[in-house]
Amino acid sequence: MQTAMNRILVAAIGILLASGNAFALTAYVSNERDNTISVVDMDQMKTIKTIDVGQRPRGILLTKDEKDILVCASDDDTIQIIDRATLQIVGSLPSGPDPETFALRDSGNPLYVSNENDNMVTVIDVPTRKVLAQIPTGVEPEGMAVSPDGQTIVNTSETTNMAHFIDYQTRKVVANVLVDARPRVAMFKHDGSQVWVSSELGGTVSIIDTAKRAVVGKINFAVQGLRSDVIQPVGIRFTKDDATAFVALGPANRVAVIDTKTQKVEKYLLVGQRVWQMAFTPDEKYLLTTNGLSNDISVIDVADQKVIKSIQVGRLPWGVAVAAQ
Amino acid sequence: MTAIAQGFTFRQHLICLRGITWREGLRFVHQRERFVSALVRPLVWLFIFAAGFRQILGVSIIPPYETYVLYEVYVTPGLIAMIQLFNGMQSSLSMVYDREMGNMRMLLVSPFPRWYLLVSKLLASTAVSILQVAAFLIVAELWGVDLPPWSWLTVLPALILVGLMLGALGMLLSSMIKQLENFAGVMNFVIFPMFFASSALYPLWLVQQSSPTVYLICRLNPFTYGIELIRFSLYGKLDPIALAVVVVMTAVFMIAAIVAYDPAKGLLVRRGGGPG
Repeated sequence: MQTAMNRILVAAIGILLASGNAFALTAYVSNERDNTISVVDMDQMKTIKTIDVGQRPRGILLTKDEKDILVCASDDDTIQIIDRATLQIVGSLPSGPDPETFALRDSGNPLYVSNENDNMVTVIDVPTRKVLAQIPTGVEPEGMAVSPDGQTIVNTSETTNMAHFIDYQTRKVVANVLVDARPRVAMFKHDGSQVWVSSELGGTVSIIDTAKRAVVGKINFAVQGLRSDVIQPVGIRFTKDDATAFVALGPANRVAVIDTKTQKVEKYLLVGQRVWQMAFTPDEKYLLTTNGLSNDISVIDVADQKVIKSIQVGRLPWGVAVAAQ
Repeated sequence: MTAIAQGFTFRQHLICLRGITWREGLRFVHQRERFVSALVRPLVWLFIFAAGFRQILGVSIIPPYETYVLYEVYVTPGLIAMIQLFNGMQSSLSMVYDREMGNMRMLLVSPFPRWYLLVSKLLASTAVSILQVAAFLIVAELWGVDLPPWSWLTVLPALILVGLMLGALGMLLSSMIKQLENFAGVMNFVIFPMFFASSALYPLWLVQQSSPTVYLICRLNPFTYGIELIRFSLYGKLDPIALAVVVVMTAVFMIAAIVAYDPAKGLLVRRGGGPG
């Protein structure tokens, strides 16, 4: 009897999942200058809706249950919570001043926010919407990343030029790793072995071994016909198998495709102007890039490593998050 | 003349077409310099000119493109059309040569109607231009110009049409040129203006921003529409205006060339430069 019930349950979940796939993938893009979020239907590859949010929206991500969108309204000194079903702002999180980027622990809680102006990382309990702690780090904290095992948090500081390793339990900085000028984004590999940090002014990506907490490699970029000072690495993304990394190169208008084994750039893909942040679709078929100065997002076919389309969004798109359904 | 033509079967027409195409093909194969120069000319543009412009483009998306493209990708359809333009003019040059050397007399005493001979000649030169384009596309592909895999097929009808249009234009010009030496004039007054005042090197919106007059000239230039027809068809798309212009201009040039080569009322007789 019970197994029969189980079977029905499994079948029902199967149908639910199948019907879920029939829904379009949706991407949410924060538009820094328009104070809006563009809702992009990935089947039609078109912006279908624009939501007004707080001032200067930058960091954007989805809660792990994909019910809500979290967006840093930097100039309003808050993180807004947007209900995905209604696309209404339903609340806010006490982020501290000038939140720019944030990262959620894989378990869905807590949220780590970098406060650019007061040199802190704010730890927020999402369900109760309360600040758990503030951790002092370097000057102008920027990039945030949580290790896949949830035990280590990495924050980069733009002026100190360091990656700060924070322990999850003690909420204390346990190591500082010097990287090149103006570190922007930190990203863990899915296996947790390395964290990559992009340096906007240095023009490099530093590869930090998580166990040694030391730089073990550096990736340099050179695009034929471009001056080296327009190559400013920002967003980093790894495929699920960690075999390939994508690095957005800012005003170089290119995304570098990197073989993580050889740590060599294999290809540069032309996207819109001043490419900033990126996000995969959940099936990893596409990688979306926000192109700040051309007001659009480019869609990269991950398997083919080709840019297939650019979609108009609001002004100065900063970040992007994609929902599975 | 048509009365005589009616006496021929379809097969005999084909034999005639094959003969003319074969001769055009042979001429092309034997003139190795011509093949090399047909290939080198666009490649110089692709390798050298486009390299300097890398930084410039990628600023706007225009149809048929779905995203930003590198300059070498943008300029490729223009270079394909350039190959066909040069080939069309060169085959007209060969007609002047034939006339001077007397080979044309042999062709024109053929019992087939004049228009059929001329159309066969056009088809032959178009086929040669398509061979040149194919060679160019192979090198472009190796150079990293990224085109859809099926673009080879979709571009073919456009190549035939544009080849016919430019070939017919060349034929019309050849009826007006008395001597071989005048080909330099064709270079100066036809090929260069047609190529530069078109969408080959810059998208028209960019031209419009810098000079409305040049923009107008570009819009009036049939070569622009030939390029756009090729550009769209490479991506499996159709630009109906370009198609209409190319079809109409092909018909106009062709009819004018046939009239010009008609011994009864043509320009050849009046100028006294005809065969014989």
